[in-house]
Amino acid sequence: MNAPLTSPLAGGFADPARDAAHAFRAVLDAMARPGRIHAVSGGAAPGLSAAAATVLLTLTDATTALHLAGALDNDALRRWIAFHTGAPLAAAADAGFALGRWPDLQPVTRFRIGEPAFPDRSATLIVEVERLEPDGPRLTGPGIRDTARLSLPETAAFRANRALFPLGFDIILTCGDRLAALPRSTIVEDC
Amino acid sequence: MSAPRTPSRAMPPQDRAARPGNRPDRKGTAVSDYNFAYLDEQTKRMIRRALLKALAVPGYQVPFASREMPMPYGWGTGGVQVTAACLTPGDRLKVIDQGADDTTNAVSIRRFFQRTAGVAVTERTADATVIQTRHRIPEQPLTEAQILVYQVPIPEPLRFLEPRETETRKMHELEEYGLMHVKLYEDIARHGEIATSYAYPVKVEGRYVMDPSPIPKFDNPKLADNPAIQLFGAGRESRIYAVPPYSQVVSLDFEDHPFVASKADHDCDLCGASESYLDEVITDDRGSRMFVCSDTDFCNARQAAGHRGRLSAQEVA
Ligand SMILES: [Zn+2]
Repeated sequence: MNAPLTSPLAGGFADPARDAAHAFRAVLDAMARPGRIHAVSGGAAPGLSAAAATVLLTLTDATTALHLAGALDNDALRRWIAFHTGAPLAAAADAGFALGRWPDLQPVTRFRIGEPAFPDRSATLIVEVERLEPDGPRLTGPGIRDTARLSLPETAAFRANRALFPLGFDIILTCGDRLAALPRSTIVEDC
Repeated sequence: MSAPRTPSRAMPPQDRAARPGNRPDRKGTAVSDYNFAYLDEQTKRMIRRALLKALAVPGYQVPFASREMPMPYGWGTGGVQVTAACLTPGDRLKVIDQGADDTTNAVSIRRFFQRTAGVAVTERTADATVIQTRHRIPEQPLTEAQILVYQVPIPEPLRFLEPRETETRKMHELEEYGLMHVKLYEDIARHGEIATSYAYPVKVEGRYVMDPSPIPKFDNPKLADNPAIQLFGAGRESRIYAVPPYSQVVSLDFEDHPFVASKADHDCDLCGASESYLDEVITDDRGSRMFVCSDTDFCNARQAAGHRGRLSAQEVA
């Protein structure tokens, strides 16, 4: 199966169970320690970072509705997703996962924040960013010993999301082969 | 309702390709690795998604579609499923049952993952990357490089006050934890102190009241501000919850009756430790008894380093 990358058959995990295990551990640690940056590998999809493709392969499947935002809602990526994950595409308000650049995901208030009795029924946004570095806004909260810093695309939306706690969406930021996470529990401050 | 959706759609190609019959054998790997860590990939993804939501809402119980495991409930099927979803081939796994690595339960879970995931195993707390535990937190402080997976029999701390799931869920939603305080206060009225000594309820990050599993309350302070990731799996009740590293975890108490992490007022009779949690062991039919560390790795390491307790000399003699 050495199909070229232009083929939707390419870009899946070579060793699905083990590749997914390694990728998940990175995502788990990222969600447990907001702001910490991890490298992941294994996925490759047209127009996506390796990290975003790897997260899709690791977490989504036929049981998870996925929203594609902006330029990422294209035929090539739709075909890749259909072949490799089987995730049904959905409108923003119905999605368990959403994928896009930060401007294309706006307004993020469209996404599911869970229900008061079931805050887990909320969306996870996979946000493609051009820069992912341990600088910028200050993060505090569960998972962070003192403070962390992360190059977030903005702060107001994350502060508004934190104000909804325990409701809210959760974020995975992807850039090249690296990712970091921002759960709804994190307090974000400009500095 | 609380019952999670059970996936009914066909498996995606990723999994079909991973099945032995269809698998392109381009790497020459053994066909048996299609179910690394036993569970199929779709089930692992479902558990992994639940784990991420559990970390995002510390102390909140996430429903998940618990699977049949090749061991009976009560043998930690919830913990086993969480461990299976987290393990990587490079992990070094430790399994303890009330502090001991050598009980039937601990040995069989350790062998299960040696066989199905090919992971290395250890009895040394410091060497483990993943520790699955039944009813204890190791004495040796954990690190950022470790995950502690708890086996949980009853995840709902309010269950003994209110048997209906719809009601306890509403109580968590509204932060109605007054009944829990009333129960603890009745202990004080009756016994002069809070008598609850296992599964002592905690509040996580000032929001959710959580059952820490039946660890002795001596272990409760270790839940807080811990560098490791703490994950909780209840198989029969199909719940997963989590405490992220460095989280605030407070044992419920009262100003006039503060929480005390008590233990037997003895030193270990084998290693002399004064600060570890002790088991009381009857040693003969005349009722003679001794106190030994519940954490066998901790006790063995101390003895190996030359520490001695009240009964060590007799042991040697
Ligand atoms: Zn000892």
